[in-house]
Amino acid sequence: MTILTFTLLLLAGAYLAGLVGSLTGLGGGVVIIPLLTLVFHVDIRYAIGAALLASIANSSGAASAYVKEGITNIRLGMFLEIATTIGAVVGALIAVYTPTNTIAILFGSILLFSAAMTLRKKNQEALLVGSPAANKLKLNNSYPTKDGEVSYHLKNVGAGFSIMTVAGIFSGLLGIGSGALKVLAMDSTMHIPFKVSTTTSNFMIGVTAAASAVVYLQRGYMDAGIAFPVVLGVLAGAFTGSKILPGMDARVLKYIFCTAIAFVAVEMIYNGYNHKF
Amino acid sequence: MKNIFSKHHLADQDIEQFIGLQLRYGVLLSSFIVLVGGIVYLIQSGSMPLPHYQLFIGEKGGLNTGSAIWHGATAMQAKGIIQLGVMVLIATPILRIMFSLIGFILEKDRLYIGITLIVLSVMMFSIFGGLKV
Repeated sequence: MTILTFTLLLLAGAYLAGLVGSLTGLGGGVVIIPLLTLVFHVDIRYAIGAALLASIANSSGAASAYVKEGITNIRLGMFLEIATTIGAVVGALIAVYTPTNTIAILFGSILLFSAAMTLRKKNQEALLVGSPAANKLKLNNSYPTKDGEVSYHLKNVGAGFSIMTVAGIFSGLLGIGSGALKVLAMDSTMHIPFKVSTTTSNFMIGVTAAASAVVYLQRGYMDAGIAFPVVLGVLAGAFTGSKILPGMDARVLKYIFCTAIAFVAVEMIYNGYNHKF
Repeated sequence: MKNIFSKHHLADQDIEQFIGLQLRYGVLLSSFIVLVGGIVYLIQSGSMPLPHYQLFIGEKGGLNTGSAIWHGATAMQAKGIIQLGVMVLIATPILRIMFSLIGFILEKDRLYIGITLIVLSVMMFSIFGGLKV
């Protein structure tokens, strides 16, 4: 295969990854790693480097739109970024001592979990009374809906913060946004309405990924020949996704995609178990 | 409780708009640089066989420090230009933290000035802490 063929194929694959990632809310990174390792047989470390870049591109691109709409809770994001960035740095450190096969198995497990999380029931209810910690940290806020501004309060700040640290560790170790874990912390634990939790989670992914990306860049995980088609493809795909998403019913797509992702996850775990990475 | 007519809220809105724009232009700038570098890369070495990506060479591949990337990019080397775009992409969310910090300083929100400074120090530790080993 020549460099040109590889670039064009990867560009197309990254475009699809960005498209599907934005339609399902999983982000482009989770598709990039299996695409590079299982299809193109690229070393998983290069795949992790590329996936981190895809996560940053996806997050920053989408966040620019959400922040303007006023749905993102910037204070909450900033507070929880303490947890995710510390986690990400720890994850990037652990990664050196973790065999690539173990990383593949962990990645597959997180993928299965993410697929399940995408299909779960979402929290639409805004909590009326928050916990003292949430008040003290000014985390309660309001967001625009069709029926006007809705204010919400949150609780279990400590538990949410702890889950965010774990999300950060996985993000640093595997190069993914860990969107599913972030939403679990905000949506199910802190009782934040899902529109706020998904946009705030997306907002945080860029910073979390950047925290470990600088370490991986220094370690030589980021190869220019792979980064180029991945960054451009994922961005174009995510852009298309954000244009067609409002006009389509993503439910069926979500089921199809989550089934597909589950198969990919099992293959990653199987290959990791058989030491093929 | 938050008063929507207060000055604080106005500052909040302004800084949110600004952060939105900064993220957008950061991504646009980095993808433009990556595109330019990518085109040069394909023109120069598109017909060459694929490098052995199944083998990880890591740091020996070079272009893993700011100065090496900058030298490569200013010498108009394709990979250097792409990596410069990659650096701009990674810097985009980091710059966002700095703008948030300015926003909180304008609002005189001491708690969040502190929180943002913590996040920023973790970032700086990650960049300059020599964690690559």
